[in-house]
Amino acid sequence: MNQLIISAATEGAAAANPLVPNVWEMGVVLAGFAVLFFIVVKFVVPMFEKTFAERAEAIEGGIAKAEKAQAEASAALEEYKQQLTDARAEANRIREEARAEGAQILAELKEKAAAESARITAQAHVQIESERQAAVVSLRSEVGTLATTLAGRIVGETLEDDARAARVVDRFLADLETQNAGVAK
Amino acid sequence: MHLPAILPWGAADGFSKQMLLVILSVVIIATFFVLAARKQQLVPGKLQFAGEAAYGFVRNSIAKDIIGGRDFIKYVPLLFSLFFFILVNNIYGAIPVIQLPSFSHVGGAYVLAAIVYVTWIGIGIKKNGLRYFKLATVPSGVPVYILPIVIPIEIISNFLVRPVTHSLRLFATMLAGHLIVMIAGSGIEYLVMQENVLLKGTSVLVLAGAIAMYMLEALIMALQAYVFTLLTAIYIEGALHADSH
Repeated sequence: MNQLIISAATEGAAAANPLVPNVWEMGVVLAGFAVLFFIVVKFVVPMFEKTFAERAEAIEGGIAKAEKAQAEASAALEEYKQQLTDARAEANRIREEARAEGAQILAELKEKAAAESARITAQAHVQIESERQAAVVSLRSEVGTLATTLAGRIVGETLEDDARAARVVDRFLADLETQNAGVAK
Repeated sequence: MHLPAILPWGAADGFSKQMLLVILSVVIIATFFVLAARKQQLVPGKLQFAGEAAYGFVRNSIAKDIIGGRDFIKYVPLLFSLFFFILVNNIYGAIPVIQLPSFSHVGGAYVLAAIVYVTWIGIGIKKNGLRYFKLATVPSGVPVYILPIVIPIEIISNFLVRPVTHSLRLFATMLAGHLIVMIAGSGIEYLVMQENVLLKGTSVLVLAGAIAMYMLEALIMALQAYVFTLLTAIYIEGALHADSH
């Protein structure tokens, strides 16, 4: 009985000293912590790290994507500007060409018109000349006839002989021409 | 306030309430973080966000800031497990009905401090070889004639005192907090039982004090988990970079 009390007292003293650990509790903490550590190493940390890495990659990837899109946009803008410049140059070129062509057409038309007018003028000249010749011829004969008739009437004799009459008329006309030529000189 | 053990398990060699709580803490932490980490999405939900915030706190504010470099990630699992194991086991003390911080029993604190002690010495030896003990005990730039004094001090403070303070700091704060809440609880109980109305009335004052102490203890419970983990990180960092200290 006394033994029991003493052992209980010493046990109580040991339990009362807070610095003396309970071995079973130490075992449970060690085992519990080992299990927790295993789960953390095996599952928790890898899963969180994977997400962190993926997120960082997603953000960096997003930035890269945005940069790429921006580069593409500016490239497209450059291209459009280039196309616009090209189109303007093209329009200018076409306008210039049209102007040149128009000028050429105009010049050709002018030339053609000038040629036509020259041709018409020449034709007219020829016609006038021929008509003048005809007039001259007819006048020569008519004037001759008239003059002969008039002269015959005046002198009272008919110049029956045609040959002689013609000779007289020709001489008269030649005299006239020389006279005219002298006046023209 | 402080309820007795849920079941009569208090026997010295039996399965105690503290053991049950330790096992429960492992289940709680593992379940929470495995659930939070299981369905990983780039844009996190509430649970995942909470898990990531908790994980990121240990990873970035403790491991990365103290250990730094590219090595820190190797020590994140240990620091993470320590922090939440201690945190949950401490918080037990602030939960009504449970109200028993596991580390108010010294055994657990010894075990964790021993794990950390073995870990940082192992890291030091792995990193620097046996020269590590010279690096850790002979500070550079100290005059030779002071060394006979400095070396024993360094040996005692680094290799003997460090694990003791590391474990007792956690244990003592938890035990003290536990005792204060218990004493306040039984004090209130005693005062309320008094016949004298004025004496009975003073229980209100004790209650107010007990609530204030309870808040303070809740803070200390979280703080001690942080301090224990932070010191672990500092010890590991010291072992990793012993040649530059």
